[in-house]
Amino acid sequence: MSGATLLAVADTAAGGFPLLNALIFVPAVGAAAVALLPRSRPDLARPLGTLFAAIAGALSLSLAWQFDAANAGFQFESIVSWIPALGISWHVGVDGISLWLVVLTSLVVPIVLAGVDPHHNPKPYTAWMLLLQAGSIGAFVALDLFVFFVMFEIVLVPMYLLIAGWGYEGRRYAAMKFFLFTMAGSALLLVAIVATAVLGSPDSGITFDLVTLATTQGLARNTARLCFVAFAIAFLVKVPVVPLHTWLPDAHTEAPTAGSVVLAAVMLKLGTYGLLRFGLYLFPEASAWAAPVLVTVGVVGVIWGAIAAAMQRDLKRLVAYSSVAHMGFIVLGIFAFTAQAVGGGVIQMVNHGVSTGALFLLVGMLYERRHTRQIDELAGIQSAAPVFAGIFTVMMLSSIGVPGLNGFVGEFLILIGSFETRRWWTVIAATGVILAALYLLWAYQRVFHGPPAGADRTTPDLRWGELATLAPFVVAAVALGVYPKPLLNAVEPAADELLKHFELYSGFDVPDPRDPVVVRDSSDSSGEHADPGHSDPGHSEDGH
Amino acid sequence: MSDLAVTTSWYLVLGALLFLIGGCGLLVRRNPLVMLMCVELMLNGVNLSFVAFADRFGDVNGHTVVLFVLVVAAAEVVVGLGLVVAVLRASPRATADDLSALRG
Amino acid sequence: MVELVWLIPALPLVGFAVLLLGGPRLGEPRAGWLATAASAGSFLFTVITFGGLLGLDAATVGGAGGHGGRWHTSTLFEWMPIGGLEVDAALLVDPLSMTMALFVTGVGTLIHLYSVGYMHSDPKYSKFFLYLNLFLFSMLMLVLGDNLVVTFLGWEGVGTCSYLLISFWHERPTAATAGKKAFVTNRIGDFGFMIATFLLWTTLGTVSYSGLAATAPNLASGTATAVSLLLLLAAAGKSAQLPLYVWLPDAMEGPTPVSAMVHAATMVTAGVYLLVRLNPVLTDDALLIIAIVGAATALFAALGAVAQHDIKKVLAYSTVSQLGYMFLAIGSGAYVAAIFHVITHAFFKGLLFLGSGSVIHGMGDEQDMRKMGALRMAMPITAATFIVGWLAIAGVPPLSGFWSKDEILLAAWEQPDIGPLLWLVGLVTALLTAYYMSRQTFLVFFGGQRWDDKVHPHESPATMTLPLVVLAGAAIVGGAVNLPLVGDWLVLEHFLEPVFAHPHQFASGTATKLILALVATAAAVGGIAIAVGAWLRSRIPTQRLEPALLENVFYVDASISKFVGGPGTAAFEAAAQADKRFVDGAVDGVGSLVRLVGRMVRPLQSGYLRHYASGIAIGAIVLVLWMALRIAL
Repeated sequence: MSGATLLAVADTAAGGFPLLNALIFVPAVGAAAVALLPRSRPDLARPLGTLFAAIAGALSLSLAWQFDAANAGFQFESIVSWIPALGISWHVGVDGISLWLVVLTSLVVPIVLAGVDPHHNPKPYTAWMLLLQAGSIGAFVALDLFVFFVMFEIVLVPMYLLIAGWGYEGRRYAAMKFFLFTMAGSALLLVAIVATAVLGSPDSGITFDLVTLATTQGLARNTARLCFVAFAIAFLVKVPVVPLHTWLPDAHTEAPTAGSVVLAAVMLKLGTYGLLRFGLYLFPEASAWAAPVLVTVGVVGVIWGAIAAAMQRDLKRLVAYSSVAHMGFIVLGIFAFTAQAVGGGVIQMVNHGVSTGALFLLVGMLYERRHTRQIDELAGIQSAAPVFAGIFTVMMLSSIGVPGLNGFVGEFLILIGSFETRRWWTVIAATGVILAALYLLWAYQRVFHGPPAGADRTTPDLRWGELATLAPFVVAAVALGVYPKPLLNAVEPAADELLKHFELYSGFDVPDPRDPVVVRDSSDSSGEHADPGHSDPGHSEDGH
Repeated sequence: MSDLAVTTSWYLVLGALLFLIGGCGLLVRRNPLVMLMCVELMLNGVNLSFVAFADRFGDVNGHTVVLFVLVVAAAEVVVGLGLVVAVLRASPRATADDLSALRG
Repeated sequence: MVELVWLIPALPLVGFAVLLLGGPRLGEPRAGWLATAASAGSFLFTVITFGGLLGLDAATVGGAGGHGGRWHTSTLFEWMPIGGLEVDAALLVDPLSMTMALFVTGVGTLIHLYSVGYMHSDPKYSKFFLYLNLFLFSMLMLVLGDNLVVTFLGWEGVGTCSYLLISFWHERPTAATAGKKAFVTNRIGDFGFMIATFLLWTTLGTVSYSGLAATAPNLASGTATAVSLLLLLAAAGKSAQLPLYVWLPDAMEGPTPVSAMVHAATMVTAGVYLLVRLNPVLTDDALLIIAIVGAATALFAALGAVAQHDIKKVLAYSTVSQLGYMFLAIGSGAYVAAIFHVITHAFFKGLLFLGSGSVIHGMGDEQDMRKMGALRMAMPITAATFIVGWLAIAGVPPLSGFWSKDEILLAAWEQPDIGPLLWLVGLVTALLTAYYMSRQTFLVFFGGQRWDDKVHPHESPATMTLPLVVLAGAAIVGGAVNLPLVGDWLVLEHFLEPVFAHPHQFASGTATKLILALVATAAAVGGIAIAVGAWLRSRIPTQRLEPALLENVFYVDASISKFVGGPGTAAFEAAAQADKRFVDGAVDGVGSLVRLVGRMVRPLQSGYLRHYASGIAIGAIVLVLWMALRIAL
């Protein structure tokens, strides 16, 4: 079925403008349009591609604007039957969990398309970037297992080609490693999807529909656990967690700057998003069963990623390893099963996209100037390029998790939420906060501080264009750090709904923080209630 | 005369012979053109068996298969012959052993 | 007027924003004056808010946590609302927060003013004030925050600014390293802060101070002790207590106004503030540990200060030591005494740092006291004010330091478990303090000239001497806010009382108080006398007073550096290598295995058509034979 007919049918199905379909197809059509440009005008590729990507970005903003934050369910849904014999339909929809990832994806791609020069073959480069955008948005809004799988795979190809075609010295090796790793996960994913649909469909007939499968819970317990393991491995590779992470430093380091940014901001989120949507939602019981292992894996990622990052000699590799650490926090949050932790996990996905994305951009700009990323070969850049250093500092502090910037919000919510159910894991994960300061500040000191020598002294500062590319990231970092409420408002109902669903089918007791047990561990007699005059915290509000 | 009646077995034996001849030819000959003809011979041996069985059991499916095979064979000849002619035009004395570029 | 509280942090923030966008264009000295104006405005609004707070009736019953009526929360917006977690961006006006805000903005403004002169002709003039305003904003968020998370925002903010300001002259590798060290060491404390917050929230379901004060009595004692110790870890990081003090002496790499403001008067007292703020949570067991940590730090750092040669290093160790006093006070339950000492210390230590800055400025960036001497002629105002600071910190009555230190020693004496021991440690520290400060004063301002003739010491400009004079005045009369020995003149005590769950009462009679005060005074005089004998009269050989062990402060810092640089780095490197060799090695190993198998089966693909054909033929024959055999059997 071609895209055009799908659009037409969806229009009638949803009874309004099919915003999500448009979000997927605008970049896809853009990719085709760029590919069809005459060979004599490669200079048109990036402007045209940016235009299409920006249209998608604008659409995503209108999506966020029209989104009803109070509604916990899926919105902007459209269902079109695709392969009726197998119960496969084009089912897309967005809820508070996927909304901000869609927005992030839609906005990051036009920014990097406009801001980062691929240096050669702009036409295929732009087309692949657009296809990447289309696929990623598709994966975030897919509510049909089959559609999700298709989108999940579509994303893979452009990224492979971007790394292999526009990357640095070791690009072939990195691209192949990236592809093989994720394909291995995808193979398991495909088997598990088929198994889930065939074995877990309701009596009315086979279906790949996520919502139907999740509410049916038709799988036997052990089958569900097996399927969950297959799903989880596919997603954990993508996150990635230790020890499935080694493709990431290579892919990030060798990818072109734009590729690294999209990889960090968008593609890693497919893993954590998948764990939420297709792990927790589809297999509640199995999630609860596997949670101790997954939480451990997340915490190990936090610590291991941080330690490995500290010892990297390549600045880009260091940022890549910091990604491993940050994504470990998200895994911890997801499998802590509290509203704060899950909500914080979603927020952290966005925040990691902003701060790590910006750091990759900055490292890319440094490479453009100096043609090296080796920490040893750089020193005292701050003297020559103070604005550059300033923006790097802001994004570094955001990555460290300094309050007032975005990184803190996600990290704090994850940790405070996880502390309720996974106390000791959280304590260990919190040491990652110390390590983050250690490796980032150490690297910063070696690259930016100290006396500049030779080429360090003439390193040019940011140009206006580069500043404009970075500005959205800085603005987002401050805005999301100071006022994350709009995001949280949309995330909260969806996270609550997800946890309710999870609790219903898993038997796991999700602590309800709305009803805090004041003395949860009152074991001694000194814990008697305070006298009535004191025990009314409401007084602080009406005290004035 | 009845013992000279042409029964189904005769067709089958002939089909097997054709297949065997084609197979041996394929194995021993080096000329790609001849090898292609041998493949045709094998296909037709099989076709003969199909027709014979179809006649014997009165099942039309055998005929259908044969028609399919004929179409496939025709397609195969078009492509195969095209390739072989192209190769022979490039080097007129080429044998099948010379076309071993796909060695692992 | 308490509703105007948001203006207090807002003004430095506006100053920060303006300097961020137009700082270099404003240039010197306008950028400095702008920042100073922002700080002064902030002080003005603090005074106004303070007046508003006094206007509230302290006696009104019904304030949260039994705080009386002097308690106002001003909610700006909801910061991180999710699930049952309610974190508001809210400011709190109560006696404690206002007391802190008053001296933070007051001393802060003076130091801003001082910096206008001190940073003269620095190429990054406007950036310095940018950081300074951001620091002031963060510090105000810290003390005005209505809940733990807003305080944490300020807590991390001041840590970040401290990092930026210490490594302000970042081309000096030592400055860069010191900044990083400060941040990372503070982060260890922040870890404690975070876990304490989590623990309080999960058990009490609130992070706001009013809620915590109300529900803290419900805490199980084990949890409360755990929270207290985690808070102690946090406070030890920020307030440079053992064993996390190591960053503070190094922090002297920053410009001197920074040392005065961040690392003496305001930021380092944040730990004291935090513990006092959360006093309802602190248990007796935890208090004892706090007292021991405080006393140990006080003595340890005082010993370290004895043999330093860098004018600022002496003051740095002295600060650590004085902070130890404050922790000793908290541990003894005398929260007011701690806050009292915070305030007086801000006056005299700020004064001493600014004085030393004036000396460094006048000497052309010389910091080694062995190359000074007799400077009282060249810089009379600096010398006079420095002497005031010296006498105040030494505990000479009736200067401010005497009163606050005396109250701490009295509280330590009354500590129920090991009171006299704590008192003795405090007393020895007092003697050492008097000694090393006298040594410093004599080395810098008295004795013979030891500087090069090429150096021309001169008095600093008015922007620098004016803050000195004001602070000297404050250091003299600052004790007046809480005079324990004179009747019932305990202004600070009564003002702060509603904040405490268990207000401290001194049990000792007047006679004991007087004797203790006399002993303390004697110790101070004794310390000064030793210094006079050693450094002015040369009666005591000075070399013997300065063993290498003290000069290197028991080699703690060196050992830590050695450990971090040696086994620490090696362990990290080993982990990183393991990542490369084993984890990634396994991945590449799988790839190699596939390649190996491929290489082994590769010959099968010979490229000869007849090989494939015979393979098929043989396979077919085998298959037929197998089927025939199965039928036959």
